[in-house]
Amino acid sequence: MLTKKISGIEFSILGPIHIRKMSVIEIKSPETYDKDGYPMEDGLMDHHLGVITPGLRCKTCGQKMKECPGHFGHIELFRPVVHSEFGKRLETLMHATCEKCGRILIEDEKLEELRPLIFNPNIDVEKKILAKTKKLKKCPRCGEAHDTVLLDKPTNFFRGNERIYPTEIRAWAEKIPDSDLEFFGYNSKRVRPEWFVLTVLQVPPINIRPSITLDSGIKSEDDLTHKLVDIIRINLRLKDNIEAGAPQLIIEDLWDLLQYHVTTYFDNNTAGVPPAKHRSGRALRTIVQRLQGKKGRFRYNLTGKRVNFGARSIITPDLNISINELGVPEKVADTLTVPQYLTDENMKDIKQFIKDGKVEYVIRPNGLRKRITETNKEEVLEELEAGFKIERKLKNGDIVLFNRQPSLHRLSMLAHRARVMPGNTFRINPIVCKPYNADFDGDEMNMHVPQTEEGIAEAKELMMVEKNILSPRYGAPVVILDEDGVTGSFILTLESTVFEKEKAMEYLHSIGITELPKPDRGKNYSGKLIFSQLLPKDLNLAYKSKLGKTLEKILSGYVCEPGDKYNTYVQIKNGELITGVIDESSLGEGRGKLVSELAKNYPPEVIANFYDKIGKIVQDIVYKKGVTVGLDEFEMSKEAKSIRTRAIKEEEQIAEKLLKEFEKKTLEIIPGRTLEESFEVKMMQLGARIKSKVETQLMKEKIDALIGENPVFDSKIMIVSGSRGSATNLTNISGLWGQAAVREGRPKKGFYKRLISANKPKDIGVKAGGFIESNFMDGLNPFEYFYHAMGGRQGEVDTGVSTKVSGYLYRRLANSLKDLVVNSDYTVRTPDKRVIQFISGEDKVFSGNSSKGKTMNLKRELKKFKGK
Amino acid sequence: MVLKKVADHYLVPKHEIVSKERVPELLEKLGKSIDVLPKISAEDPAVIEIGAESGDILKISRKSPTAGETYYFRIVF
Repeated sequence: MLTKKISGIEFSILGPIHIRKMSVIEIKSPETYDKDGYPMEDGLMDHHLGVITPGLRCKTCGQKMKECPGHFGHIELFRPVVHSEFGKRLETLMHATCEKCGRILIEDEKLEELRPLIFNPNIDVEKKILAKTKKLKKCPRCGEAHDTVLLDKPTNFFRGNERIYPTEIRAWAEKIPDSDLEFFGYNSKRVRPEWFVLTVLQVPPINIRPSITLDSGIKSEDDLTHKLVDIIRINLRLKDNIEAGAPQLIIEDLWDLLQYHVTTYFDNNTAGVPPAKHRSGRALRTIVQRLQGKKGRFRYNLTGKRVNFGARSIITPDLNISINELGVPEKVADTLTVPQYLTDENMKDIKQFIKDGKVEYVIRPNGLRKRITETNKEEVLEELEAGFKIERKLKNGDIVLFNRQPSLHRLSMLAHRARVMPGNTFRINPIVCKPYNADFDGDEMNMHVPQTEEGIAEAKELMMVEKNILSPRYGAPVVILDEDGVTGSFILTLESTVFEKEKAMEYLHSIGITELPKPDRGKNYSGKLIFSQLLPKDLNLAYKSKLGKTLEKILSGYVCEPGDKYNTYVQIKNGELITGVIDESSLGEGRGKLVSELAKNYPPEVIANFYDKIGKIVQDIVYKKGVTVGLDEFEMSKEAKSIRTRAIKEEEQIAEKLLKEFEKKTLEIIPGRTLEESFEVKMMQLGARIKSKVETQLMKEKIDALIGENPVFDSKIMIVSGSRGSATNLTNISGLWGQAAVREGRPKKGFYKRLISANKPKDIGVKAGGFIESNFMDGLNPFEYFYHAMGGRQGEVDTGVSTKVSGYLYRRLANSLKDLVVNSDYTVRTPDKRVIQFISGEDKVFSGNSSKGKTMNLKRELKKFKGK
Repeated sequence: MVLKKVADHYLVPKHEIVSKERVPELLEKLGKSIDVLPKISAEDPAVIEIGAESGDILKISRKSPTAGETYYFRIVF
């Protein structure tokens, strides 16, 4: 993979020699353009510096705009100025060296003692030298007086009240020998301190400071160009004044002004220097500002890149579009384009597009672009031929990619077919929310339009929603019906759901069936019959429904099997649902037997079709049957109440016994735990037992209303069908909360030897240990409220901490694995072919196509075989 | 209980040196250079125990939850 390796990066400073060598032209004129709008010769926009106007050629390299990278020029400064970024470095050098002989102010013997320490990372040699030399009054070598130099930041140097001019600084720096510079960490081959005082200023190519022509025709220059103009102006005035023999005072003023302009050219936020302003009063964005900070080149443009051909908007649900489709707002569709090649075959279609004004550009084989307008439409149509390329607006059926952040998943980006719609939001079928983890409370998502045939084909064949129903992680469906989808299917397939001819026709028509099947309930049609129309004709399945399993748990002696009392065993024969209800065990994530069968053993259109159609029916059923929730359904019945009281009483007696055993230390100890721990575990179990007794009773009461002739559709239907909520939730509302738990045990921390001050000290009984007898319907008493808050607090902390921690953990893991590839010899390797696993997964199984991690479900295959 | 050898511990998979004759055959399969192989330290207790030297290739037989037993090859460095 890697053909070249970077062994190191070296940073150094350009000296005047380098700058002159790199320069293609000396910039002398402060004017940018002449009267006719042409760049001035020797001006800042000279064509030697590169070209940014299409069609023109660079005067240096002769190349066109796209090829020419731009070239540097230079300005000869008539008086040197200090580079503001190096003032501090010059100061240290001036502290440590002699102005006359240029040597460090330490005798040779003592200096050489320091030499071995230069490359020691733990010792700062510069500091050591400064400590010895800063206070010296005399050079120990040549005897020249040495005064402390003061730096008036960023660029002015003083000795007492006397100014040290840049010319003097430069002369001083030149005297410092290379061998002495090594003590300060300079590599004298790369850097000389006199280069910190500029005599030549580099002029960047115009490519990095392009001028903009406004709509009004006025040219607006880049901030850097403005600054360079200032520098050249002052430089020229300085030259004129020096040549005219002007008084020293005037020259010094101009010199300082030149220093100011050069300083702000590099960094317009230098401390102690007022920032240079634009005419409008806006501070100029000079070199340092371009690179630095959040909006700088590094963080904004290099680490954070943006793409073209993308759109972002809020998502809203639309049940009437396919799971493969994406509702694209007209505004977006009219802005984004798709390139398309002209052939003799599609000539007619494309000509129609152009006539309809759906094509933005026509591109000839030689790359010439032509924008299509009302006026040149006819003309363009004439000259069209195969081999041309057009860029047309997005239309129905185009393949687009759709994505939601955070992209934790392969399935966070899927391909859809575009469907242009009025409005401003992206529309998706709510069934595809799952893989994106999206909802409609204001989520925004991104759309991308592939621009090449390869890209389109890849998206279509690999990334379409219908081809990604099964999770590549465990081979079970991830695109699933949930919430109302499951509830609706449950209601539809209940024994008691029967439709009259008219209603049945409505449903059947909505799923595209025009021939009415024979009624199966006298004159009426059962929900099962309508559901059966969605199944392929060769489908055979038999399994327990979720309802059946729930009944098994609640009603003692009941077994869910073919031909039982409540008809809860799902039997599908030749694509017909004969018995059973369709609930979570048919449709749910990972467990859904029906959907995983459809997704695995049929072409992808089958499952997509199933989802599209059932979505429509289910929506109507949930509306019409009126799934609703009322307070009265959570009222606790007399029986349940008495069961609760009895259960609590029974368990409290057990608790007393446990307590006595605990005090006498005769309590049975759970292996691996202390006596105290064993007691706590037993008390927790006790609380759970009370709750489960009440829970069973509540469920028993609720389920009766479902299996009967006229079922009521309230919250229990959600619990029973498995679409939302659990029996525990129901118990919390209308039964009792049970034991409050903190870290899998009874809450312990609180007051000294008791949880809350209402308890007696050392009381570790049921009620003092955080047991909550009340439910949310009745409300908790104040003590229980505090117990509940203890458990609730842990929940809050957990959601905060664990999402953060596990999110980061997952990110690290995913990043470390993302470049690994399974090769044709089944080895898993990094891009540079290093082996990670000698056999992928050690068993060569791709879990996405597996049956629960195994290559095949032997039992099922055998059954199929026997059946034939 | 003190184990006499690291290999006696139930969590330590079996390490063995791949014979010199078999090395070219192995590399042929995995792609020319030995750089593609994962490494194992010459100071690894299991490596010291079987007397492998730097440059040897080890075959490690691990128990695998998916495949029963699986082989890994590592180069001693």
